[in-house]
Amino acid sequence: MDISSWDGTISLAEFHVAARALVEKWKRVSSASPPWSWVSCPKQPWVASHEVEGYLSLENIILVSIKEEHDELLSFPQKEETSCSDKEESIDIATLSQSDRDEICYYDLHIVYSASYRVPVLYFRVYYSDGEPLEFEDIKKHLPAHSAKTLLDSKWTFITQEEHPYLKRPWYKLHPCGTGEWMKLLFQGDVSLARNGAAIEVYLISWLSFVGQVVGLRIPYEMLNQL
Amino acid sequence: MMEAQKYVWEGAIPLQIHLHESEVTTLPPPLPALILAPRIGYLPLLIPHIKPHFNSTLPPGVDTVWFEYKGLPLKWYIPTGVLFDLLCVEPERPWNLTVHFRGYPGNILIPCEGEDSVKWSFINSLKEASYIINGNCKNVMNMSQPDQVELWHSVFNGNLEAYLKVSSKLKLGTAGHEYSANLNSGSFVSRQSTGDTDATGQVKTGRVPVRLYVWGVSEDFDDLEDAPQIDSWDKISYINRPVEIHGEEGKCFTLLDAVKSLLPEHFQYKSLTNEESSKEEGEDEQKVPSEEGGENLSEDVESCYPSDNAEVKLVRIQGIEPKLEIPFSWVVHNLMNPEHFLHICVCLKVSQVKIPSDG
Repeated sequence: MDISSWDGTISLAEFHVAARALVEKWKRVSSASPPWSWVSCPKQPWVASHEVEGYLSLENIILVSIKEEHDELLSFPQKEETSCSDKEESIDIATLSQSDRDEICYYDLHIVYSASYRVPVLYFRVYYSDGEPLEFEDIKKHLPAHSAKTLLDSKWTFITQEEHPYLKRPWYKLHPCGTGEWMKLLFQGDVSLARNGAAIEVYLISWLSFVGQVVGLRIPYEMLNQL
Repeated sequence: MMEAQKYVWEGAIPLQIHLHESEVTTLPPPLPALILAPRIGYLPLLIPHIKPHFNSTLPPGVDTVWFEYKGLPLKWYIPTGVLFDLLCVEPERPWNLTVHFRGYPGNILIPCEGEDSVKWSFINSLKEASYIINGNCKNVMNMSQPDQVELWHSVFNGNLEAYLKVSSKLKLGTAGHEYSANLNSGSFVSRQSTGDTDATGQVKTGRVPVRLYVWGVSEDFDDLEDAPQIDSWDKISYINRPVEIHGEEGKCFTLLDAVKSLLPEHFQYKSLTNEESSKEEGEDEQKVPSEEGGENLSEDVESCYPSDNAEVKLVRIQGIEPKLEIPFSWVVHNLMNPEHFLHICVCLKVSQVKIPSDG
């Protein structure tokens, strides 16, 4: 892939390759935490069946309110960092730390390919342990503080409620409008990716490391390791 | 051709709206409200006109308005005309709908808080269309506040002239506009496209925003009134995928080509059946289906009859069934909705209809 002329978007086939890579690497790197899985979607007989359709799913996970750690998350993990001891914690995304007013809430995260934007899109649901969905106002309180900050420009992380393309139910969605742009920036800043030619394999992982911050999903640093 | 666009914008569906019986608290029950709903508009925008009609009979509580047709809750973000074309195969005039002011089915329908929800849904769709056409949403995002207001108002009021004036600033020329350029349209819309152009400056390639609603029937019908009723959204495949136009010298990309590119499986040529089935999955990119369509353009339209799987019963856009040989660019330019999406309702007769189970 020629990074210099690339617009940051990917094809459906590339999305599948990237999804497979994410699932495999995640399993390898953080076997303790719940795995991402690929969900295939059955289709009506008149819709093209030679195309694989589906989405990535990570469900029933607890994401902590990590307001205290926002400094760590604002910087993109550098590959030169070698001190792993305090990175161990980051692998366990189910770490609990409740403040007085927090209740435990669960997230379902789905990554769906958008044919319009040619990028992955994050859909998510938030609910209490009894399954009751959170009101949007309460979701906002649970999101990491930096979600509201200007680093994650509102243009890119605008959250809307829309119908899930496969499940046909209301889900929250992160608006994909600027994704292509910042994926291009992300990759351009990393010359080794271009040389490796393995850009697609890490596309979703890189994407998730950025987008996941909006909901407080932490990517184990090992996921971003090229070696 | 301004005419067709004008007809689309002036098109309206007569509605007869009944209050759901569970919400009638007075006797005699109120008469249904009669209202003309613009095709390019949305049902929630009618609420201010409907509510006064039923106000005095509603039970106490907060309004959470939703509409329903024969038990099917209506998705409010789908333009009214599209809902009608899709759900009322044999057009019913007036179209009898039921309105609810209580008990919003929040597990099925996205919440709607009146005009604002509709407006933002419209703008997000416009952003998506812009991204498809230009590769970015900058033009929409950078609209001045007055322009944004003007744009929305023009749609809200069904004012085509005002709409064309403000939307022309968005530079949302679509691919394949060579057809519209050739027409003596007196067009006051300056259109540009980022697609490749040939020596004459005519656009050859690009992506077109399309929303396809496909439903299948297992039994044939000759008269529309015999068509089975859609009683569940699960019976409709919603395909929100741009049509990729690869213009070819001397060949016109037709409406049929566009539909074929979105439903490639169904349009197998019998002679190519073996080739089709040997395609590897996962190798396919979005472009492949339309490339095949491009190759097959030389075949007669008549011979593009489908494999044993399916047969096209109906292709309906803005309430009409255009001839499939019509140039796609004409269809897009004249029949698209204000958010720049072309909504196409397709009915296929298939040998077997499966209802996917909910995930």
